[in-house]
Amino acid sequence: MSERASVPPKTAEPTDDQPTDERTNEEQPTAADTRAETKPVTTGAESVVRALENAGVEYAFGVQGGAIMPVYDALYDSDIHHITMAHEQGASHAADAYGIVSGEPGVCLATSGPGATNLVTGIADADMDSDPMIALTGQVPTDMVGNDAFQETDTTGVTTPITKANIFANESDRVGDDVGEAFALAGTGRPGPTLVDLPKDVTLGETEQEPGEPRTPDTYTVQERADEATVRRAARRIEESSKPVMLLGGGVIKGGATEEVRAFAIEHDIPVVTTMPGIGSFPEDHELAMEMAGMHGTGYANMAVTHCDTLIAVGTRFDDRLTGGIETFAPDAEVIHIDIDPAEISKNIHAEYPLIGDAATVIEQLAEAVEHSPQATKWRAQCQQWKSDYSMAYKTPDDEPLKPEFVVEALDEATSDRAIVTTGVGQHQMWACQYWTYTEPRTWVSSHGLGTMGYGFPAAIGARLAADDDQEVIAIEGDGSFLMTIQELSVAVREEMDITVAVLNNEYIGMVRQWQDAFFEGRHSASEYNWCPEFDKLAEAFGARGFRINDYDEVADTIQAALEYDGPSVIDVHIDPHANVYPMVPSGGDNGQFALTEDQL
Amino acid sequence: MTGGLEGPTPEERPKPAGRRNELGIRIDPEAEAARPHRRTVISALVAHEPGVLSDVSGLFSRRQFNIESLTVGPTETDEQARITLVVEESDPGIEQIKKQLRKLIPVISVRELDPDAMRRELALVKVNATRPDQVAAVADMYGGKTVDASPETATIEVTGARQKIDAAIEAFSQFGIREISRTGTTALARGTDDTATEGAQADDYQSENTHTVPADDD
Ligand SMILES: Cc1ncc(C[n+]2csc(CCOP(=O)(O)OP(=O)(O)O)c2C)c(N)n1
Ligand SMILES: [Mg+2]
Repeated sequence: MSERASVPPKTAEPTDDQPTDERTNEEQPTAADTRAETKPVTTGAESVVRALENAGVEYAFGVQGGAIMPVYDALYDSDIHHITMAHEQGASHAADAYGIVSGEPGVCLATSGPGATNLVTGIADADMDSDPMIALTGQVPTDMVGNDAFQETDTTGVTTPITKANIFANESDRVGDDVGEAFALAGTGRPGPTLVDLPKDVTLGETEQEPGEPRTPDTYTVQERADEATVRRAARRIEESSKPVMLLGGGVIKGGATEEVRAFAIEHDIPVVTTMPGIGSFPEDHELAMEMAGMHGTGYANMAVTHCDTLIAVGTRFDDRLTGGIETFAPDAEVIHIDIDPAEISKNIHAEYPLIGDAATVIEQLAEAVEHSPQATKWRAQCQQWKSDYSMAYKTPDDEPLKPEFVVEALDEATSDRAIVTTGVGQHQMWACQYWTYTEPRTWVSSHGLGTMGYGFPAAIGARLAADDDQEVIAIEGDGSFLMTIQELSVAVREEMDITVAVLNNEYIGMVRQWQDAFFEGRHSASEYNWCPEFDKLAEAFGARGFRINDYDEVADTIQAALEYDGPSVIDVHIDPHANVYPMVPSGGDNGQFALTEDQL
Repeated sequence: MTGGLEGPTPEERPKPAGRRNELGIRIDPEAEAARPHRRTVISALVAHEPGVLSDVSGLFSRRQFNIESLTVGPTETDEQARITLVVEESDPGIEQIKKQLRKLIPVISVRELDPDAMRRELALVKVNATRPDQVAAVADMYGGKTVDASPETATIEVTGARQKIDAAIEAFSQFGIREISRTGTTALARGTDDTATEGAQADDYQSENTHTVPADDD
């Protein structure tokens, strides 16, 4: 299996007591080094922790509780840094974001019953977005399972539809390998969340069984290389095409194929559109970049997708927020679909050229097979024309309050190219997609498929630990979304995390309000508040630094001050409560008929 | 409300000529025939472990696949079980079912059986025994066996393809049917053809589907 296909679990290096000459002083001691001194396992819980150590796990996020206590007790002696979160939902989002930014499965833990059910939203989120993550849940002792014992929930039953795989651990001798297997599955092939349910008797039980390296079960196979004949057919199609478009999805980033797809697009001068999870796979300041397509994608991306004759789609599942109505999605295009999951091919959009395999491997196969670039000078000129026809330029009238687009651009300007952006869900998330110029993979961390309000701030905590120290972490939040997981501020303060939160505060469940205005005659049922907390003061109460912005002239300086503060800071940015997100394709609509104003809906 | 962008209105924009159907397949907008559903048998070899059956049935209900019957039982190998599914779906739907089944970790191999595969079902039919001779005659006609008889009832076991069982039940109905229990279809491929075996990821994802003839039962 190629390294790019997925994130192969970190295998421990062979223990060597004498450091070799190649080893530089900067190198951190590896898990294996520390393990040389660690004691053999004696219980199931110790083997669970040992399995995590074998996998190279550095961080875990969770909340304590009765049924998981044996595992926490074993963690007490481990070098794994555990972050106690305020709520298990926060733990699952933090682990998810850690996985997105680092490429290694993030780890979250919870006790049985309510602990496990609180993880569920984050697990479902990771499942929809194919994020590598492993959840370890406590369970009541095996002999009480099925008796409705205190804090018993059928956790494997609840999570079967929202995990890539889950395991109910049966034996103390095997539980370490169960965890290793779940870890390996989370990161191999198409990534996804896995879960191991850990009955208390299994973790307390004695064992001397040292878990092996993480490995996937024998029944799990991943196809790396695409069928050569189909590659050749696809190559001919690309050569003959006169209106080609590349559509890059999240799979490009997860597969580590960014370099390969960029080289391919640039070599053959093919305009590039991304999906929302694909943001960062192609530099948005490049001439070929058409940016994001779909419901709130740019007009030019949607025009390019609608009118292309050949769509080279990589690592995307053609979600309905991307396609709009299936009938009108790229209706003139023959589709070349590269994906590591065979079940995504022709699930929603029929692929004339199904290429199953690892994104980077298959793009290289294609690169080799394509003999000349498509003749698409006219098409490229057309795409540039659309970029100017449907420019994203917005107005800032003097008599209207601060525009959110301006704030997003100011944040982008004040930070480096490698800054990481996390978001909640709603209008602010869309402005963060549209008005920040992403150039690097793994810098956009958001809840795409599930659309989970409350994702943004705990995700920033996970991202912070996975990021390099010189990467800024910016949470662009909505007032409604932030209120759902704001308690995690206590964690960021306690752990002294440098995170800057910008709440695009419209004192509204804004996205819902926008839909009510468009589709429910402006009846604002349960979308407006008559009171909203002051987020700057709330931040201060948590021990974070609070700021407030009311007007344009405060934007740059306040952002600067918040960024300079070495710790969590929250800027309560009071934006125009009436601002709407455009362009917009209504659900099930025709991407080419995107609305630029409300009366076009 | 505020915001909004400039640019040509939807009416002013060029429109593409093509269209897709609801399955995402490009079509001639003028002439589109509906995609027929067809009934077919899918066999899955799975690890014999708790939870597999609920994984499979959960997958079918969650993804709204039309399933007619599902049977499960042990195989020649202790650690393995065979699940036989009769489904009714369009060609793309059947492809999805196979691919989604293969994604389940305990699933070892999945195959759609050829239309000529052997398919059998067992039914127990309990009828009123007011006319025992006639009941026996009907049972005989369908190769059925009387497995239980009481002064008021007779229970007959019938084995065969689905249509045969349907026909038998129809014939028994003249006596007044008290209860029926059917197993659902189980199946094996013919001759040396493999049903779904270890190591053989039978039909390839890229191979064109050859089973275009609607499968009729035997
Ligand atoms: C957990 C959850 N509940 C409800 C929704 C439905 N929903 C989508 S956007 C939205 C409003 C979000 O409000 P806010 O976070 O303030 O963002 P804004 O749209 O105002 O920027 C709601 C309620 C959701 N996506 N997630
Ligand atoms: Mg809001």
